[in-house]
Amino acid sequence: MAEPAVNNTKQITDEGIVRGASKLTPEKIERVINSVLKAETGARLKTYVDICVHCGLCSEACHFYLSHDNDPRFSPAGKVKQTIWEILNRKGKVDAEFIKRAAEIASTECNLCRRCAMYCPFGIDIAYLLITMRRICHKLGVTPQYIQDTAHSHSATINQMWVKDDEWIDSLMWQEDEARGEIPNLRIPLEKEGAEIYYSVIGPEPKFRAQLIYQAAVIMNASGVDWTMPATPGWDNSDMCMFTGDFEMMARLKKIHFESAARLKVKKIVMGECGHAFRSVYDVGNRALGWKMPPIPVVHSIEFFYELIRDGKIKIAKKYEKPVTFNDPCNMVRGRGLHEMGRFVTNATCEKLIEMHPNREHNYCCSAGGGVINCGPPYKKTRVDGNRIKAEQLFAAKARGAKTIIAPCHNCHGGLEDIVHHYGLDMDIKFLGDIIYETMEKPE
Amino acid sequence: MNIINNWDWNTGRRMIADIGEWKTRYQWVEEPYVSPDGEKIAAVIKPPDDEVFTICENGAPWESTFDKVWYPRFSPDGKLTALVSEAGEWTLAIDGQTPEEKFEFAWDTRFGADGRNIIYIAQRERKYFAVINNAPWETGFPSLTGLAVSTDGDRAAAAVQTVPFKEAEIFKFQEGCYSVAVDGTAWGRNFVNVWDVVFSPDGKRTAAGIRTSLYDYTVAVDGVPWEKSFASVWEPQFCPSDNSVTAPVRSAGSWFLAKDGKILWDRKFVQLWQHIYSPDGKKIAAIVAPTFGRWTVAVDGNPWQITFGEMVTDAVFSPDGKRVACLGKENEKWTVIVDGSRWDTYDMAWQPVFSPNGKNVAAKVEKNGRYTIVVNGRPLKDEFAATWDPVFSPDSDKILIKAIETGNNENKYFRRVIPLGAVTK
Repeated sequence: MAEPAVNNTKQITDEGIVRGASKLTPEKIERVINSVLKAETGARLKTYVDICVHCGLCSEACHFYLSHDNDPRFSPAGKVKQTIWEILNRKGKVDAEFIKRAAEIASTECNLCRRCAMYCPFGIDIAYLLITMRRICHKLGVTPQYIQDTAHSHSATINQMWVKDDEWIDSLMWQEDEARGEIPNLRIPLEKEGAEIYYSVIGPEPKFRAQLIYQAAVIMNASGVDWTMPATPGWDNSDMCMFTGDFEMMARLKKIHFESAARLKVKKIVMGECGHAFRSVYDVGNRALGWKMPPIPVVHSIEFFYELIRDGKIKIAKKYEKPVTFNDPCNMVRGRGLHEMGRFVTNATCEKLIEMHPNREHNYCCSAGGGVINCGPPYKKTRVDGNRIKAEQLFAAKARGAKTIIAPCHNCHGGLEDIVHHYGLDMDIKFLGDIIYETMEKPE
Repeated sequence: MNIINNWDWNTGRRMIADIGEWKTRYQWVEEPYVSPDGEKIAAVIKPPDDEVFTICENGAPWESTFDKVWYPRFSPDGKLTALVSEAGEWTLAIDGQTPEEKFEFAWDTRFGADGRNIIYIAQRERKYFAVINNAPWETGFPSLTGLAVSTDGDRAAAAVQTVPFKEAEIFKFQEGCYSVAVDGTAWGRNFVNVWDVVFSPDGKRTAAGIRTSLYDYTVAVDGVPWEKSFASVWEPQFCPSDNSVTAPVRSAGSWFLAKDGKILWDRKFVQLWQHIYSPDGKKIAAIVAPTFGRWTVAVDGNPWQITFGEMVTDAVFSPDGKRVACLGKENEKWTVIVDGSRWDTYDMAWQPVFSPNGKNVAAKVEKNGRYTIVVNGRPLKDEFAATWDPVFSPDSDKILIKAIETGNNENKYFRRVIPLGAVTK
């Protein structure tokens, strides 16, 4: 690791952090920290802390570190050192100022992308250490304002965008109406008990990406699958509570999600193109409830599209002409290994795939995931500056001809849009669903 | 009150409708719904050469047509309802008739036990309320979710927002902006969150899971929280016999069953939820995970020996309270479990149904895309294209099967009553 290039100390203005920290006392901080460490961490944290030899090999894995000219404060180990290690060393005796900075580091300077875990010689899951810090911050009431608001939305509406029950149903009917202009017999079957597939999406789809529901409906109808969507809470598979450290609420969200699918007697859940939601449904949230695996099989859209095209249920009329590059989402690739399926779909639908480097499980995070983009406008600069390396990676792909970025993940979309604009990349960004919808044979 | 006494329990088989014929008449026919007594079958249809929708019931379309029709549901006494929209206004049509009262949106139709009361949620001018027999609550709320209906359907309650807050006003939210509204009147005390509103069996009291801070979960009964709070809580239930309230609660990383705020069962679980009472209120069963990743049913705190890795759900007591049945899932196959003993496996299974005398259990199941009814572990000889939950006769001697058949009777819906002996021999 190199020495710090610049002094990046800055004033923290986030109301969730500042006002939350203003209520803290040293006694409360110590009590909460030690309560979390004692009751919730156990051997995993102790093992990670004990076996880390501070070698710094994780540093080169982190886009924040690389994008800040190898500033060690942005290295994974550096971030752990500024947060959870310090807390352990001081046995919880830290002040409110420390907690404020720790909250910012854990929530806005680490995407929990787990790239560093691959480069650690001991396989330490550094994301676990940072999420433990977020958990402590949650218990202290010191969480960035915008993601906390999202967590509140989850708790009150069981979706992340304050979408009311009627607005959800109305959005589906609206998209059904729109799609019938193109395919007159198209249907979005609501509450169809016994359907094969339960299609679930994230809150932003009905809120401001409703065309994705339209496109999904076209793909479902064209492929002839037996599907349904619920008209009740549970439809949103997303989960920012997983990222604020409100694990009790995360569990509630997943319970309602799986219960809504079980009530409809479906065989499997197909998810839209979201990465973090998959992590919550497939890995973290289900296990918080006591399931080793999801109680109902969960299929991400990458895999679902792969199966549809492989089995000839979707036929491509004319491939997408612009050269594309494929951005591997962390949770779908490092978390599930869907990178080759993503390329299968891309090659089936696009004339030319130009790989960005590194790629597949070594791809850099978009810097939006892990709840960072949900921390809102105060941290946009943090994450865009913290991912200059992604811009360089994309510029290199662009130099070899790529004009469109395929990103099968909502957070990747948001993050890459900001990077494309900030660094002047002038590239399109598309979901796989966008490409399939554009290139497929559609029913009359 | 026992509606099923009046049904036709004569042994035999009658064709009610030919859905295939409907499909020749209409542009499309959606998945059908069947009345509880099996005498009627209905589906949303699109008449020919038109861009409107309506309902076809036993082959006869409703006279009225609509821009949109969805959620067709039969009441317990056989009235056919559907949520319908014309010119952007929504209401509930009952047997083809629509009331004067219209809303900007209407959804979540419910029924009282005898079908006399029909309840749904509606929205008008961004205010939300329940509607009972076309009469909306006098008070609307900025948001409303989780409709609960008393057993007789005379009363409705829901989680409602009582205090307005702006986007990202996180600290105001944490002061408590939600409550429970019963028949349109809020409890008078606000909480950070409210979930899982339930009525007591007599309909006089309400309870809900609440959060009083981001970290403190408990149960409130008629607006009064339990004295003790927990790390989490699931849906509460009123005891049918003494009006006490029980709920699964989380403490020190484990789940317990609590009664009126105090731990009831003497053991903890990795998970505990969906607890149910025997009709006499003397027994409680719950879905539990005794160890991580293994699921079963515990009766009065004692878990069955049999466990499943994927899911246990749909637990139900027999009417006499002596038996419990549920569904279990392992390796993507479902089975019915009765008192800890499992049946054969299926691709899907529906909640088991006990006979009134508690001696027999039946369930709808699916295998390889075909459906049948299994009684006491033995499947009917026939397989169907579709079927609905079976119903035992009041004397427990017969079973009503509602099914769309296959082969020569493809797309034809039949109602049949079979002597139980013919199935279980």
